[in-house]
Amino acid sequence: MAEFSLPANSKIGEGKTYKAPAGAKRVKAFKVYRWNADDGKNPVMDTYEVDLDKCGPMVLDAIIKIKNEIDSTLTFRRSCREGICGSCAMNIDGTNTLACLKPIAEVKGEVKITPLPHMPVVRDLVPDLNQPYAQLRSIEPWLQAETAPPPDAERRQSKEERAEIDGLWECILCFCCSTSCPSYWWNGDRYLGPAVLLQAYRWIADSRDEATGKRLDALEDPFKLYRCHTIMNCTQTCPKGLNPAKAIGKIKQLMLERQG
Amino acid sequence: MSKDTSPSVHIMRSPLGRARGLGAAKHGAAHWWAERVTSVALLPLSLYFVVSVLILKGADHAAMAAYMAEPWNAVLFLLLIGTMFSHILMGLQVVIEDYVREEGKRLALLLVVKGGVWFLALAAAVSVLKLAFS
Repeated sequence: MAEFSLPANSKIGEGKTYKAPAGAKRVKAFKVYRWNADDGKNPVMDTYEVDLDKCGPMVLDAIIKIKNEIDSTLTFRRSCREGICGSCAMNIDGTNTLACLKPIAEVKGEVKITPLPHMPVVRDLVPDLNQPYAQLRSIEPWLQAETAPPPDAERRQSKEERAEIDGLWECILCFCCSTSCPSYWWNGDRYLGPAVLLQAYRWIADSRDEATGKRLDALEDPFKLYRCHTIMNCTQTCPKGLNPAKAIGKIKQLMLERQG
Repeated sequence: MSKDTSPSVHIMRSPLGRARGLGAAKHGAAHWWAERVTSVALLPLSLYFVVSVLILKGADHAAMAAYMAEPWNAVLFLLLIGTMFSHILMGLQVVIEDYVREEGKRLALLLVVKGGVWFLALAAAVSVLKLAFS
């Protein structure tokens, strides 16, 4: 059956508190999930007090400051710091988002930060994303066509055809959506999840791709596709403002269309 | 004997192999569509049912039988029973598939629930027919 409470070794305790330096005027507390495989202990929430007058505006600025100046053992992924690489996806103040796009000012009270939900944790805020990566690979996210491209030229698309993949190509694969989806939590081993289904639709909707039927075949499954119950967490949480639920709806519509 | 707590690896199959799993079942679309169709059909049918209950308020057996003897009523009631129980069947199936992970338990529960729903559906249909032809 579904588990409704955390296993004993996942229960989260209270961690250390790192006080703000004396004289700090605008102090904000960041409660951050801490766990590592080495000390054999349960995860804890450490509290770091940060002087906002000496910190950038985004949550990522704060955790980089914490790592640089307060506690160098804090572990998280980050790279581009401008919402294009998808590395710093984490759960901030109860919502999956990119730390680099989340203004600290949007969070009232202390800023609670945990890793993306329901994924195995490698350490602190770093989740193990091997499963969604493999699922992405399984839908063959590349252009498949038998017709040869024009010699020394690219495959052409009309403006209308190109517009079909707007709202799809922008996905940066941060997996905020998939890890916000209860269906993906309960059945992530079989359900592909919103991020991967949006990618699947990105290739189904691409006029240059000739494998549409094969792609639909590979998705027609009670678990791979139809575990989506239009809960809409995916669309609500997407830090890029995309609509994975709509993409999944389009796939379901095409499944129906080809039947009769 | 002390419990072995040393770390051990139980799955060495590649992530891609696990993601592909058993492949696509090649069905699910019809089930998904039938859920939508039955839910929409239940809107007018439920309304009809409520109206019937109001009309038959306080009716005795003879009045019920007379009501069901009217072919329109019997047909609409059978339609309501068929639509509603198939909707219940499909909905419960999805709930069980969502929350019961263990394969054997899932199969057993699905069979029991489906059997129960079929029993109730047939009992309801036979009741209508008995009244209609009494």
